Amino acid sequence: MNSGLLEKLKPVANARKTLLDLNIDPFSVQIEELLSPTEARIGGKNVLLAGTNNYLGLTFDADCIEAACRAIREQGTGTTGSRMANGTFAGHTALETEMAAFFGMSQAIVFSTGFVANLGVISTLTGAGDVVLIDADSHASIYDGCRMGGADILRFRHNDTGDLEKRLKRLGKRTSNTLVIIEGIYSMLGDRAPLARIAELKKKYGFWLMVDEAHSLGVLGKTGKGLAEEVDCLKDVDFIIGTFSKSLGTIGGFCVSDHPELDLVRYSSRSYIFTASPSPATIASVRQALRILAAGTEIRRKLWDNTNRLFSGLQGLGFRLGPEATPVIAVYMGTKEETLKKWQSLLENGLYVNLVLPPAAPDGSCLLRCSVSSAHTGEEIDRIIQAFSTLK
Amino acid sequence: MPEKNYSEILEDVLKILERFAKPSEKISEETELVRDLELDSLQVMEIVQEVEDSFDILFPLNDISGIRTVKDFVLKIQKEANP
Repeated sequence: MNSGLLEKLKPVANARKTLLDLNIDPFSVQIEELLSPTEARIGGKNVLLAGTNNYLGLTFDADCIEAACRAIREQGTGTTGSRMANGTFAGHTALETEMAAFFGMSQAIVFSTGFVANLGVISTLTGAGDVVLIDADSHASIYDGCRMGGADILRFRHNDTGDLEKRLKRLGKRTSNTLVIIEGIYSMLGDRAPLARIAELKKKYGFWLMVDEAHSLGVLGKTGKGLAEEVDCLKDVDFIIGTFSKSLGTIGGFCVSDHPELDLVRYSSRSYIFTASPSPATIASVRQALRILAAGTEIRRKLWDNTNRLFSGLQGLGFRLGPEATPVIAVYMGTKEETLKKWQSLLENGLYVNLVLPPAAPDGSCLLRCSVSSAHTGEEIDRIIQAFSTLK
Repeated sequence: MPEKNYSEILEDVLKILERFAKPSEKISEETELVRDLELDSLQVMEIVQEVEDSFDILFPLNDISGIRTVKDFVLKIQKEANP
């Protein structure tokens, strides 16, 4: 019998069965207990975590936890409403002021997640008759935001500014209604966008520029603002999007800009209006994490020491890695079956990393993706390298 | 770029599609891109990029939804290439 709507789930069922037949279920890993930002109990065993995006290790920061607890006691567990209704508390507004000040921009909007920040901002800024020109390796939320907006969606080959310029030339006068979207650090291969060159193209072709700093906030730049700060292009970027769920250790999203009109986006953005706002605990811990980020560079120096140690260690083992050393370190593997078995082997040896299979990884590659944290000790980084050495 | 007629565009498109299809697949005008060639969404987007560069046109991804067969694809390219 035809199962109608459910028919389309058959390929998913088949793919899952293949995994279960191999006795590997990488997408149902359950963390039974968190012991620290870098250690957990999984399957009854202590496991070193090297795939959490917890770049600054702030999830267990005592001041962030205390701020969250205080907010719960004083304001309750949730806002139970949209930012446009009863869901804007003093903390939400204060965080927007602090985010704008941190980036040296006049406007900021806080969203409930980074995903919905991209949905909300992109789909509100662009519409029929406009063009979005995105890097081919863009995050799913960027693709979805573009689809929601209704603009013409074009993509250029990943990090290829020649390919971008070719498409800009074809657009002609339409570049004045074109939004180019790139990411500070790409989440799968860990490479930076060529922002300085793209900023030069912006001056020549007059398009609008958005940078998603989800993986680069707190990681790149003299004060951790991201790639735009690192390459001195903050003034060239029209909109910076980001998330609180990586370096800042909580959940939520934001957009900052020097265009006063950003403030109007909140009145038209469906993903801002029709969802509950971040909880008081979330907002309080983000604000504290932002203070820690803004206060100093030591935490980021440690992150980069760990990054360089792991990257060179894995390189020394002869693995093919992503194009450059950033806290997202992609290790190329072989076939899907080999990669699954190696991922499982690492977990059994007490190391959790992210498994990335096509189509999530570019060019049909299979990856074991590590993310480095400033909370990793030198000894933990060496344990990660040691675990990978068993795969050779 | 000199204007190309339907047959010339079809010939070029078939060459691009052959690189993405299984070697055993016989591709014709009536071949359905997703159902017959079993292309996933990433492959479709890569084919669109190849087509853009081959014909020096813009082909928005949102226009793909109206295309089912190779013939639909060629007609759309012809329209974009010879406005």
